[in-house]
Amino acid sequence: MTRVEFQHRHAGHCESGVMSSLLTHYGLPVSEPMAFGLSASLLFAHFPFIKVGGIPLTAYRMPPGSVIAGLSRATGTRMRRSRYRDPEAGMRGLDAALEAGRPVGIQTSVYWLPYFPPDMRFHFNAHNLVVFGRDGDEYLVSDPVFESPQRCPAADLRKARFVRGVFAPKGLMYYPEHVPAEFDLQRAVRKGIARTLNVMTRAPMPWVGVRAVRRLARHLDKLGRRADPRYTRSLVASVIRMQEEIGTGGGGFRFMYASFLQEAGERLDAQALAEAADAMNGAGDRWREFALAGARFIRDKGQSATVPLTEALEHCANSEAAVYRQLRQWLRRHPAPSAAAAGK
Amino acid sequence: MKREDVPQEGNRTLDGHRKALYARDEQGRLQTVESAGWAVEELVTSMAVAEFRELAEEARRRVDAGQSSPLEFYMYQRRMDLQVLAQASGMWRWRVRRHLRPRPFRHAGHRALARYAEALGLPEQTLRSWPPEEVS
Repeated sequence: MTRVEFQHRHAGHCESGVMSSLLTHYGLPVSEPMAFGLSASLLFAHFPFIKVGGIPLTAYRMPPGSVIAGLSRATGTRMRRSRYRDPEAGMRGLDAALEAGRPVGIQTSVYWLPYFPPDMRFHFNAHNLVVFGRDGDEYLVSDPVFESPQRCPAADLRKARFVRGVFAPKGLMYYPEHVPAEFDLQRAVRKGIARTLNVMTRAPMPWVGVRAVRRLARHLDKLGRRADPRYTRSLVASVIRMQEEIGTGGGGFRFMYASFLQEAGERLDAQALAEAADAMNGAGDRWREFALAGARFIRDKGQSATVPLTEALEHCANSEAAVYRQLRQWLRRHPAPSAAAAGK
Repeated sequence: MKREDVPQEGNRTLDGHRKALYARDEQGRLQTVESAGWAVEELVTSMAVAEFRELAEEARRRVDAGQSSPLEFYMYQRRMDLQVLAQASGMWRWRVRRHLRPRPFRHAGHRALARYAEALGLPEQTLRSWPPEEVS
């Protein structure tokens, strides 16, 4: 039995949870909200032309891999990433890392992990978890969306690592090769916030950002006048499911981002960020109200009007837009220290 | 969201697990709180589960009636659709769609079958056999 001492943490979301606990293990303590915020992973996007099971795709955070990439860029961590063509080699690589005393993050499918509750097992291939040991034919797994460490039989883990399809993990395995002793938090926070502001308020496509929330609101309004509510019903269910179930709960990414702003505000002693955190927390509450309105609509078999949904979404858009205005002001008032001043 | 507003109403689809949500404590600090689940989540997740179950049941009737191949049933039973199965097995969609019909599936080669078996995580004999043994 090989086993590395690893502190399991229950997190709101898989990728940010894995990165937070991995970096902390390798010597750079980063909270989950920090991992999420510094990597600028907050998003809203609704793509009418990308369909999953006939329903347009909705996303509340950046695509898989962006926390890993964004956080290492922000902190100056060098990640070692390996993908494998051959499953045998992939499992050997994992064993070798464990033998060397290294817990590693891996990407897996959710469907083939037996410790997931049956009703949660769908074909989503970009789940992330940490493997920190092996006991005979079972791997010891720290899956951040579970309260406690889990065990996973080798055959299942192998299948989950080598499924094909959208976001195919191809055995992806990663760990920090080099973590800095410290990093410039002020700079990282500014950059992370600036990136999120750009994506959420200045994206050149109408399917991304606050504009996309309003666009979806108008779309639901139009759908409300359709005779057949079945499609509207599945669309609303899918939007809410992406919001509540996949990764986090309760407009979860908004609350997580609020926590990031709060922590950043405290550590940088910036009152404006603390206020923005409160506002973002409020935006999360608006998303929860939208989810409630959506659930009501679904329970009515789509017979009721979509007006409350449109209104709730408009509230979400308004409150988020207000947060972004606050954040932009903070950025303007505190210009980035120039490269010369930073001593480079 | 305040700590006491974190939903604790339970969620069957979580099967007793709890989720971590960020909420404000008495001092206003946003930290994780264990949530036993929210009825809204339960609703949308069980809808998604039920949809696959219905699709599988419809497919079962079609197979019984000789209109579909067992592959269609196993596909939905594994919570896949045409697109996902095609990607997971690495086969063209039109080929998979063709194999959803009884005759082409009966004549499907060993290699095609092996790919479906791998993608669905089922033994090849099971794919050919009908009616299905109850699989989890």
